Amino acid sequence: MTISTGSAALTGLLAIPGFGALLLALVPRYRIAAALNVILSSLTLVCAVLLYAYRPPATVFLIVDDFNTVFLLVSALVGFSTSLFSAGYIAHELQSRRLNPRDLRFYHAMYQLLMLTMNLALVSNNIGLMWVAIEVATLTTVVMVGLYRTNVALEAAWKYFILGSVGIALALFGTILVYLAAQEQLGEGVLAMAWDRLVSESSAFDPRLLNLAFVFLLLGYGTKVGLVPVHAWLPDAHAEGPTPISAVLSGLLLNVALFALLRFKLIMSGNPAVIAPGRMMIAMGLVSLAFGGLMIFRRRDIKRMFAYSSIEHMGIITLAFGLGGPLANFAGLLHMAMHSLTKSGIFFGVGYVSQLEGTQQIASITGLTRSQPLLGWLLVIGVAAIAGIPPFGVFTAEFLLVTSTFARSPWLAIPLVLGILIGLSALMIRLHGIAFGDSNRHYALPAWRLVPMALQFGLVAIAGVFLPAAIVTWFQHVAALLG
Amino acid sequence: MSTLNTDIAHLLAGSMLLVSFLLLYQDRVSALLNAFALHAGVLAFSVAWQAHLQGAPHLYITAAIALLFKALIIPIALHRIVSRLGIHQAIETVVSIGPTMLFGMALVGLSIVVMLPVTEAAGAFVREDLAFSLSILLLGLLLMVTRRNAVSQVIGFMSLENGLVLAATGARGMPLVVEISVAFSVLIAFIVIGMFLFRIRERFDTVETHALDLSRAESA
Repeated sequence: MTISTGSAALTGLLAIPGFGALLLALVPRYRIAAALNVILSSLTLVCAVLLYAYRPPATVFLIVDDFNTVFLLVSALVGFSTSLFSAGYIAHELQSRRLNPRDLRFYHAMYQLLMLTMNLALVSNNIGLMWVAIEVATLTTVVMVGLYRTNVALEAAWKYFILGSVGIALALFGTILVYLAAQEQLGEGVLAMAWDRLVSESSAFDPRLLNLAFVFLLLGYGTKVGLVPVHAWLPDAHAEGPTPISAVLSGLLLNVALFALLRFKLIMSGNPAVIAPGRMMIAMGLVSLAFGGLMIFRRRDIKRMFAYSSIEHMGIITLAFGLGGPLANFAGLLHMAMHSLTKSGIFFGVGYVSQLEGTQQIASITGLTRSQPLLGWLLVIGVAAIAGIPPFGVFTAEFLLVTSTFARSPWLAIPLVLGILIGLSALMIRLHGIAFGDSNRHYALPAWRLVPMALQFGLVAIAGVFLPAAIVTWFQHVAALLG
Repeated sequence: MSTLNTDIAHLLAGSMLLVSFLLLYQDRVSALLNAFALHAGVLAFSVAWQAHLQGAPHLYITAAIALLFKALIIPIALHRIVSRLGIHQAIETVVSIGPTMLFGMALVGLSIVVMLPVTEAAGAFVREDLAFSLSILLLGLLLMVTRRNAVSQVIGFMSLENGLVLAATGARGMPLVVEISVAFSVLIAFIVIGMFLFRIRERFDTVETHALDLSRAESA
């Protein structure tokens, strides 16, 4: 019984968005399509929850373990609430004639295809299959970033496409090298690409091949994570695409790329003779943290500003996983989940703000807490949460990371704390201008549209105060697994 | 006999590298497209030879895809796009051709230095093959960063993918999933690019990405 429920849920996780992509490509009415999009995403969420409870046995191609269920649940949850947000958002885009119904049909089909490929990347046990899934996910987001077809949107999409493809090509080269390293032990064929085999046998692999492979994988998948110096596509793609896509890019796709990197880090750490992969991740994480924080100060575009904040946070998370050990890994996992929930919620808010104000320029947005109190205050809460102010979950994660860093390598803690503080102050300065101050405008926005945002911030607030024991044990287990 | 087999494989992989250099110094778009067709053609032969050597019939499919799709359909389609959009034949370079070629040679040296010691354990055959494919990959990257117009960036990317296919087929028994997926992703990538070129044409009189840079709202 247990096995069959798990297998059914796994099939559903892939089949529902796959079927959905085909279906939504055929539905001409955008209202129906938006409703279907929500329903499909909620069904996917149900499958993800079922997978947490019932695990199907691993096959050569697919695997569900404690590690990827964390990512799966976050992904399905944010995917669901983004579909809710998107329904309201696109109706407005249609009214303001920035998009036409044909664009929307394409948009909805692509949204489900993106969900399919992200889920596939997360559950794949085959490193080749994982690569294919991430490649297709990249391509779907490329076309969605260019959806508005304005000059800047096309430039952003082109830049994203070129940099993303190069990154993905480097990652494939790394994947081939891992296969070559494994092939001598595991024999030719599919087994030498099965991730669970690779991890259990990696001690016998040629360490020099693995070293070289990891450099390619770090640069390749690191491009998709948005790590400095291969981040250049990220701010443009976030700023110029439709806001729901900014939310899933920041909240989900960056995580999926990081997840792929962590899978390979696990293969590396099974072999004692390789160079420590953690050091490289720490270095790139620190640079991203500092760079992202500093860049927030001088942004004039609100979406671009939060894109740099994503670079900063992906830097922190990469640093946490690079540092390793039960506590830092736990902090990294928690931070990953909290960042996804908070950042996508913030993008929902920013999407409404830019629609109401008709601009993304920070200088022309003031006094939101007066012009639209509910939205304004929710945004204040979200930004406070992402900046790492207690009692939110991001603070808990950062606190855990900082304490664990102080205990293990105090010198590293100084730039880490400094970087976090830079990001915090930059966001606070900007938030002040946006949320407070005078405004004689007044905007009407139905309260139900703010529900997804409020829900996600609520989860982050609860996680900051009280983490259920079941989640703590689960995360601890994964953290121990990550070594 | 086996040395002869390996020599032929090396000859084909080496020719691909040579054509990669050929791609680097083209200054007209149509010549560049022809050179790319040659690149893909040599890849097809190289993959077919591997299929013969390894007794892996599925690799013939990869070879056929390379020959039909990359060496014929894509160059023809791109020729059409170029003439229909009235794209300028002259390729605008960021770095002039001389230094680019020198840098390309340095990259080949680098990949030999990096790959050969690492792959000592693997057979002599895989070793050179990987060094060749890494060189082709790096030269593709070089082509992408030193050219300003969109078509040559696309060609650079596809020559880079050719290098990847060479590496994947050189690795014995690499599952079919990967080869087909690589071919398919090129297909998808091409559709995307085609769309982009089309859309860019809607708005701009040039497919120079440099012109896109100028329209950017805020410098990153």
